[in-house]
Amino acid sequence: MSDFLQVLIDGILSGLLYALVAAGLSMIWGVMDVINFAHGEFLMVAMYICYWMGFMLGLDPIFTWIASGIFLFILGGLTYKWIIKRSLGKAAMAPLLATFGLSMLLKNFCMNRFSPNFRLLSGTLLDGKTFEVGGAIVSVPQLVTGIFALVILAALYWLIKKTRLGWAIQATAMDKEAAELMGIDTEKIYLLVFGIGGACVGVAGGLMTTYLAVHPEVGGLFSLIAFVVVALGGFGSITGALFAALLIGLVESFTGFYVAAVLKYVAVFAIYLIVILVRPKGLFGW
Amino acid sequence: MTALLEVKDIRCSYDHVPVIHGISLHVDEGETVAILGANGAGKSTLMRTIAGLMHPASGSITFEGREIGKTPASESIKHGISYVPEGRRLFSKLTVRENLELGAFSVTDKSVVAERLDEMYELFPILKSRSGQTAETMSGGEQQMCAIARGLMSKPKLILLDELSLGLQPSLVERVLATVAEIRRRGVTVLLVEQMVQEALEIADRGYVLQTGRVVHEGSSQELLDSEEVRRAYMGM
Repeated sequence: MSDFLQVLIDGILSGLLYALVAAGLSMIWGVMDVINFAHGEFLMVAMYICYWMGFMLGLDPIFTWIASGIFLFILGGLTYKWIIKRSLGKAAMAPLLATFGLSMLLKNFCMNRFSPNFRLLSGTLLDGKTFEVGGAIVSVPQLVTGIFALVILAALYWLIKKTRLGWAIQATAMDKEAAELMGIDTEKIYLLVFGIGGACVGVAGGLMTTYLAVHPEVGGLFSLIAFVVVALGGFGSITGALFAALLIGLVESFTGFYVAAVLKYVAVFAIYLIVILVRPKGLFGW
Repeated sequence: MTALLEVKDIRCSYDHVPVIHGISLHVDEGETVAILGANGAGKSTLMRTIAGLMHPASGSITFEGREIGKTPASESIKHGISYVPEGRRLFSKLTVRENLELGAFSVTDKSVVAERLDEMYELFPILKSRSGQTAETMSGGEQQMCAIARGLMSKPKLILLDELSLGLQPSLVERVLATVAEIRRRGVTVLLVEQMVQEALEIADRGYVLQTGRVVHEGSSQELLDSEEVRRAYMGM
């Protein structure tokens, strides 16, 4: 029984992290129909920021996630201004390939500067802290990250559904021209959406350094899972991303424990394939 | 007196294909002016250009004496021009209320927005009972009323109404067009595009008839209604 509870908790906690990583990607796709291929590398950049701030300045990631969040908000905005804006309206693949190029640039820059070594912060406030619930062990850093993910997703949901700015974002997604007729500056909306997308992954990356090692390839798996989550949950749906991410997290942990650890991603991508075949717009898609 | 809106010899292209070959027109304050013509005459392009969604290749558009030919659409509405586009273009997944509130997006004062919302509910009572419904769940006529109300939420000086009757059953056309008279009574200047020539001229003071990107007839509604040529070409009489 405690095995089951342990696997359940692990699945939920990784699911919440996946949800936060995927939320930004989903929002950018939902509003602009652009896939940000550098999303995983944004995550890596955020992790390096908090790693180096922790390593060199002794600042704990439990505080520096604010810095990585803000930095990635700006990086997202600049990516829109300098790369996406120039490639929109050209060939359909242009934004995709441009962000793919950006991902290569970021990855190789970090490889060159920081070497491919895995780096893990030690001695942080939450380092290795755990507690027990009904025989299962809960990792505090993961739990804190999960709670942050829930709070940020709830805030995003509220912003989009309940505020005038959120309606303007939705309006821009549905009909850009009509939104402009309402006096909405759609350029600013795009900039903001890219910024928010960056900030989500910035906060996620920052908090991840409390329990995961950073290396130049770390974004790869997370972005792959984020794409699966977004497609599974339905492009542009925040609640969809949350449920899909929890599903992925649980499938991953249950397969990993009860079937075989090597097969956990096989199960994840098999589910993805099945959903895409049966319901291409995703579980919660428009 | 200078006109509220003055369009002078504008030329416009759509994807490098010239669509408007030098159109001039003016709309005075308080007037209701109709732009008539068959499909492809350039009516919607003209409206889109005035609204700022497109910009003329040459010629000028002045509103209250200010040149607006290069003003983007998101700015035009702040100057007092509101465009109710062809095909309604409501935000289909948003509720009626959210659609209406977005119509007053540039108004930051919440109490002003609430006041205008009440005004619109009074003008179109059906929208009040539908306020929590998403726009896509309404009938065509209701959607058109919602689009007009959304266009009025910014309290425009000039409202551009593009093909209000499009896709509506005849009984609804009359009801929707009747609201134009109501808009006018509220002191809003109206420029409307219609394919229903007879109906449009009945509510307008003056009209322009467009054909392949040029004005071919202009005059008071009565003159146009009496014109043998207009009757034959556009009313099948």
